[in-house]
Amino acid sequence: MTTITAMAAMSIITDMFQYAFMNNAFAAAGIVAGVSGIVGYFLVMRGQTFAGHALSHIGFAGATGAGLIGLAPLSGLLGFTLAAGIAMGVLSERISNRDVAIGVVLALALGFGLLFLHYYTSFATQATALLFGNVLAVDHTMIATLAILGVITLAALAAIMRPLIFSTLQPELADAKGVPLRFVSTAFLAIVALAVSECAQIVGVLLVFTLMVGPPAAAQRLTTGLWSGLTLTAALALAEAWLGITVAYYTDWPVSFCIACLSALGYFAALSTSGLWERRPQAGHANEAE
Amino acid sequence: MTVVELDHATIGIGGRIVLADASFAIQAGEFIGVLGPNGAGKTTLMRAILGLLSPSAGAVRVFGSSPQRGDRTIGYLPQVRTVLPDLRVRGLDFIGSSLHGERWGLPSLSRHDRHMIEETLEAVGARDLAARPLSAMSGGERQRLLLAQALVGSPKLLLLDEPLISLDQRHQEVVIDVVRKVCRERGITVLFSAHELNQLLGTLDRVLYLGNRQAVLGTVDEVISAPVLSRLYGTDIQVVRAEGHIFVMSRGRDVEVSDHQHDHDHGNGGHEHHH
Repeated sequence: MTTITAMAAMSIITDMFQYAFMNNAFAAAGIVAGVSGIVGYFLVMRGQTFAGHALSHIGFAGATGAGLIGLAPLSGLLGFTLAAGIAMGVLSERISNRDVAIGVVLALALGFGLLFLHYYTSFATQATALLFGNVLAVDHTMIATLAILGVITLAALAAIMRPLIFSTLQPELADAKGVPLRFVSTAFLAIVALAVSECAQIVGVLLVFTLMVGPPAAAQRLTTGLWSGLTLTAALALAEAWLGITVAYYTDWPVSFCIACLSALGYFAALSTSGLWERRPQAGHANEAE
Repeated sequence: MTVVELDHATIGIGGRIVLADASFAIQAGEFIGVLGPNGAGKTTLMRAILGLLSPSAGAVRVFGSSPQRGDRTIGYLPQVRTVLPDLRVRGLDFIGSSLHGERWGLPSLSRHDRHMIEETLEAVGARDLAARPLSAMSGGERQRLLLAQALVGSPKLLLLDEPLISLDQRHQEVVIDVVRKVCRERGITVLFSAHELNQLLGTLDRVLYLGNRQAVLGTVDEVISAPVLSRLYGTDIQVVRAEGHIFVMSRGRDVEVSDHQHDHDHGNGGHEHHH
């Protein structure tokens, strides 16, 4: 009885992989989930998730703009997010009220995206794909592009990881020890821009948080070590992306919706379990000034 | 041996001169209490010793030579301490991030590093913090963690910028005791800046009092006197001694207490106010 059920389950799983588009979707989502999760881990640690969100919106204007002048949307997405990421890094200290400045730029970028769509009407069919992703339409060329971009992103992150963590946790001390803070934060935002561009290919610009924030936020609730956190983040992102595609395949719901649900589920589950055994300072320290 | 020496040094930031023509010499193993009103240059002086600011005239010498940014023989606890409230990083990794944190590449903690961190945590009586996330530590525990971090790597000079700020009385005493004990044992020279003199009276060897662009280094009796402090505050100061305590008064008000309250008004851990 159990073997029959197991075989039925196996055939249900293998059934999906008869289709080339499903294989492509799994490959692309796998690459992107790993990269987005790992970069997102530092985005969450630095408390810069809003900046990541803004970069994806700016990327939308870039992608539609590229379409308007006959370029591939990904090139516009990359160009705009990279330029915006670097600009944010360079200007960050001069913009005193960062959230507001980022919010204004974010809205402006979406507005421009709309304008570009308005003038390039045949492109409008792709607007939904840009906003909400279309992983089922990924081809081999795109997978190769995503893989190359992913390697570049992770290599750059690995190169700055040590000073990045130091300057995130203790900027004042890092400055005193000779870490070039401005350079590190600018380089990091450029890396985020690359990851956002990748992530937008799978879940769309509006839903980059599902892979860039959900998994790392959940992982940081469950573990406190750096490497265990990164490993768990990548595993969660991968699981949520692949499971999302699988659920979408059998329910016919949009893939991005399924991934978004799993991402939120993972986060709230992590929040509730970690809350059980760990409270803020114990009773003995309750009267301490903070 | 002279550890820190200012030789007719003039130090300023942003066009404002904080110390003018200041000269003093701190000897090895001394515990120096650094005092003075807000904006007198306590933080600026430490930044100059760290090599982050160069004097516009005269010289700053640390261990006999010009200070180099990133000098490993100096342990530093900055006054502005950004603590992300929800940071779920355990103590070991937090301190680990500062070890060779200026190098590029992937972070790694060797067995030696790990041992060194645990040993230092042990020395400040906070071994259990290695495994606990920052978000679950109280203010006093965080301060101990930061103190341990400043001590990791066996520094010969320790710069503690307002380590008592935002701690209650009990934890302030613990921090002072730990610093005294560890630094005496290891022969570390300490510059300990604070708002209040009395807590440090039993611990400090000499006082470095800053104010009015001047710096005066000497024993408590030499420095905490009406003529010297009146010069440093630029106003009439009375010094009242009672029951082993010293009160520095200006027009009947305790200047240290009013400084301290002033600080709290602007939230804790803020930059020094530049008037």
